[in-house]
Amino acid sequence: MTLLKEPDFGTPERPGPATVSVEVDGLPVTVPEGTSVMRAAAQAGVDIPKLCATDSLEPFGSCRLCVVEIDGRRGTPASCTTPCADGMKVSTQTPKVEKLRQGVMELYISDHPLDCLTCPANGDCELQDMAGVVGLRQVRYGYEGENHLDAEKDTSNPYFDFDPSKCIACSRCVRACGEVQGTFALTIEGRGFDSKVSAGAGETFMDSECVSCGACVQACPTSTLQEKSVVELGMPTRSVVTTCAYCGVGCSFKAELRGDELVRMVPYKDGGANEGHSCVKGRFAFGYATHPDRVLKPMVRDTITDPWREVEWDEAIGTVARRMRAIQDRHGSSAIGAITSSRCTNEEVYVVQKMVRAAFGNNNVDTCARVCHSPTGYGLKQTFGESAGTQDFRSVAEADVIMVIGANPTDGHPVFASRMKRRLREGAKLIVVDPRRIDLVRSPHIEAQHHLQLRPSTNVAVVNAMAHVVVTEGLVDRSFVDQRCEGFDEWAEFIARPENSPEVAESITGVPAEELRAAARLYAEAPNGAIYYGLGVTEHSQGSTMVMGMANLAMACGNIGRDGVGVNPLRGQNNVQGSCDMGSFPHELPGYRHVSDDAVRTVFENLWGGTLLAEPGLRIPNMFDAAIDGTFRGLFVHGEDIAQSDPNLKHVTAALEAMELVVVQDLFLNETAKFAHVFLPGASFLEKDGTFTNAERRINRVRAVMKPKTGKHEWQIVSEIATAMGYPMSYDHPSRIMDEIASVTPTFTGVSFEVLDKLGSVQWPCNESAPEGTPIMHVDEFVRGKGKFVVTAFVPTNERSTRRFPLVLTTGRILSQYNVGAQTRRTGNVAWHPEDILELHPHDAEVRGITDGDLVTLASRVGQTTLRAEISDRMPTGVVYTTFHHPVTGANVVTTENSDWATNCPEYKVTAVQVGLARPLQQADAEPTSDDLVTVVD
Amino acid sequence: MTATVPPESRMANDIAANLRHLPGEQAAEAIAGHIGRFWDPRMRNRLYVFVDAGADGLDPLVVAAVKLLR
Repeated sequence: MTLLKEPDFGTPERPGPATVSVEVDGLPVTVPEGTSVMRAAAQAGVDIPKLCATDSLEPFGSCRLCVVEIDGRRGTPASCTTPCADGMKVSTQTPKVEKLRQGVMELYISDHPLDCLTCPANGDCELQDMAGVVGLRQVRYGYEGENHLDAEKDTSNPYFDFDPSKCIACSRCVRACGEVQGTFALTIEGRGFDSKVSAGAGETFMDSECVSCGACVQACPTSTLQEKSVVELGMPTRSVVTTCAYCGVGCSFKAELRGDELVRMVPYKDGGANEGHSCVKGRFAFGYATHPDRVLKPMVRDTITDPWREVEWDEAIGTVARRMRAIQDRHGSSAIGAITSSRCTNEEVYVVQKMVRAAFGNNNVDTCARVCHSPTGYGLKQTFGESAGTQDFRSVAEADVIMVIGANPTDGHPVFASRMKRRLREGAKLIVVDPRRIDLVRSPHIEAQHHLQLRPSTNVAVVNAMAHVVVTEGLVDRSFVDQRCEGFDEWAEFIARPENSPEVAESITGVPAEELRAAARLYAEAPNGAIYYGLGVTEHSQGSTMVMGMANLAMACGNIGRDGVGVNPLRGQNNVQGSCDMGSFPHELPGYRHVSDDAVRTVFENLWGGTLLAEPGLRIPNMFDAAIDGTFRGLFVHGEDIAQSDPNLKHVTAALEAMELVVVQDLFLNETAKFAHVFLPGASFLEKDGTFTNAERRINRVRAVMKPKTGKHEWQIVSEIATAMGYPMSYDHPSRIMDEIASVTPTFTGVSFEVLDKLGSVQWPCNESAPEGTPIMHVDEFVRGKGKFVVTAFVPTNERSTRRFPLVLTTGRILSQYNVGAQTRRTGNVAWHPEDILELHPHDAEVRGITDGDLVTLASRVGQTTLRAEISDRMPTGVVYTTFHHPVTGANVVTTENSDWATNCPEYKVTAVQVGLARPLQQADAEPTSDDLVTVVD
Repeated sequence: MTATVPPESRMANDIAANLRHLPGEQAAEAIAGHIGRFWDPRMRNRLYVFVDAGADGLDPLVVAAVKLLR
């Protein structure tokens, strides 16, 4: 395969029904009204020279290279800023414009280093290309005049260099930072000849507001902004289109290689999720895949205190099979199970759950989605009938009011956040519901109309109060409710009760009643109101209730079933949606069908052979409890670090220590591997062939950029374990696994690798009714028929602040790190976040004698850790915040066993804690008193 | 810390707290339905044992639900 070069039409598409017809160099072309002459020409097959124009940015008209002549018009207008008019006749190659272009190029080149042969961008430089296109043969001005050739290079960013000597001041980087990314970190400083690109006021890129999304590097037509990897390794020579393995946005990338070495990841313009944009993780933080910490050989040991012993694959697989079966022989078939990974492909997840159900003979399979978005699956299934978000990402461009609840998109889902910010800059209104003042509340050109800064754990009271306003102030969309929903009257009677009023909610949530009322009116009265939410909704004792509460609110306002509306989970990991779709939950077979359904089980029994259990198996927290109880003895952990990511780590490690066999499959010897008896080395996403499904139900292809460094695909390893256990399982290609998934899953019947390769991606349901997928769900009717209003009574969490633990800890993510950091900590991203930080309010800091940068202890009733403090008024008094990206901090040492009532998703977002200056632990601090003990579990 | 109650007791009480708004016997039925639909059999058994041992601290709605489950 060669290097994939996507066409650049110079200016953005202007979709619309009205068209105009023009002639470009005698070639007729019809385009939507508002299309630029430059784009129309490109569509006619005529490339007009350009430097400051690119089709990801609005036209700017500064380089004057794209000038054309138009019959009947005076002068030589820039084709990028000139819209087509019906009947227009354009000439792109006349002696007049050719002379002008040569003159322009002469000026550019007179102040540009003539080092093309040694320049990293040689062969990929638009300035070089344009010099050739315009036929530049001389520079009459010479090179001796005043110039910028000695401008100092900024190499502060870990991933790219800024060499101002090569800058042509086209502003593409500045515009990309604003228009595409929405950060506005870059500017043109100075005027006239002194004009130069600057990251902030005299700052380096590293010290500036730059978020290293790479949009500027992508936009730069020269080598001014250049990836360090290209400088070091040279220009890539071939591309493989694949999907990022970080967050649930699921960006498409061109993995660009030189031979077999990955040089850079370039966002793919045809990617349905990202449309050519990226973030610092997907664009640059791929170095972990070849990090020396990776383990490439299987290892075994008898006990977790023994040293590891490298073995061949046959021995490792045989050991897993033999020891798993031995546990079942001694303790029963339900004494073993597995955890699937939301980082793995659909095909890998499917074979793991198949191994559990068909080879292990039980339903003890769960997924790491348990600890993030399981309430989404439950809540949306109850109300709408399907365990998935309702929209595609593009939909946000039609939203008039956007409500972001318990999510921090600029850090957690940055590429989607850029779409959202674009819409907000266009005038959409914003409501943020979050205890923390996230960046979206106030950032360049964006300010939330309402920031409902609620107390942690009171989401349901807030959403109920908003629904109360909608019902009692006559804001219900009666037509939608009457035609599309059921259970409204009972719900409306409940929600209209005084206990759900904003005035009562104020005392619970801390949000002023008038603010709640105003926000509710804003959302309800918007032509299109859209809800986006994250783990700040789900990771609560009422996570499922809150999901249903949001669904109630959306239905009451008629905000379901079209562009610009919906209830949309922002999934944490790349394949959270897919791992749930694939039957990872212990109560559901693929396609969210309950194991007790005889007809569904029969489908799988006919395909897989044998008899499947009709009873649900253990969920992850239940596995830990059962391990301590002695009824669960063997666990296969596929690509998840439960000893770092799960709550109440003392309990988790006690469970792992109690097991007879822990098998870990991962890239690295992670924290969980410390408790493992068999380590199976995994493959990075660059070595995988399969599919991921993102937060908008989009199934994207993951294509192998290189062969597995371990010698085996993960689906092969799982199949071989099942086979060694006496259940023959084999596939000759992952596409065969997807074919099997499609054959048993009604929402996937139209999905195949062939279809995905042809269409690029599809959003399920993809079947006979929707052969090219379903961007928007519940359009004419809900999946369950009628949308169901569910009564969502507010129930306070059991986790209460006490005299000993008076603060509330809530946790989250930071842009540069990802989840437990196993990947991002092994990349240049540590430059931004070398350790987890505890944010606390100045008042809370002052009364404890804490100053910025102090080491502090963070203690809850279950554990204690130490980390560095940052004084910040992002949090209200009484609330502290940290991330969980570093094992040395072990933030989950302090989180508790409390969980969502319906799904057991842990309540990460609410832990009563105390913070103090770090000092030797006193016994009195370690022993909680009875008033601290809400529930004792271990 | 020492285990004084099985985790199933806490989980069942949480379910009861979130379904007690349902009228009459519907609450116990819904609790029983939820536990039957989402709990592994050994978890249900541990709950039954706890109920038989006196159900100390267990929500009466859970006790009623256990009767329906059995």
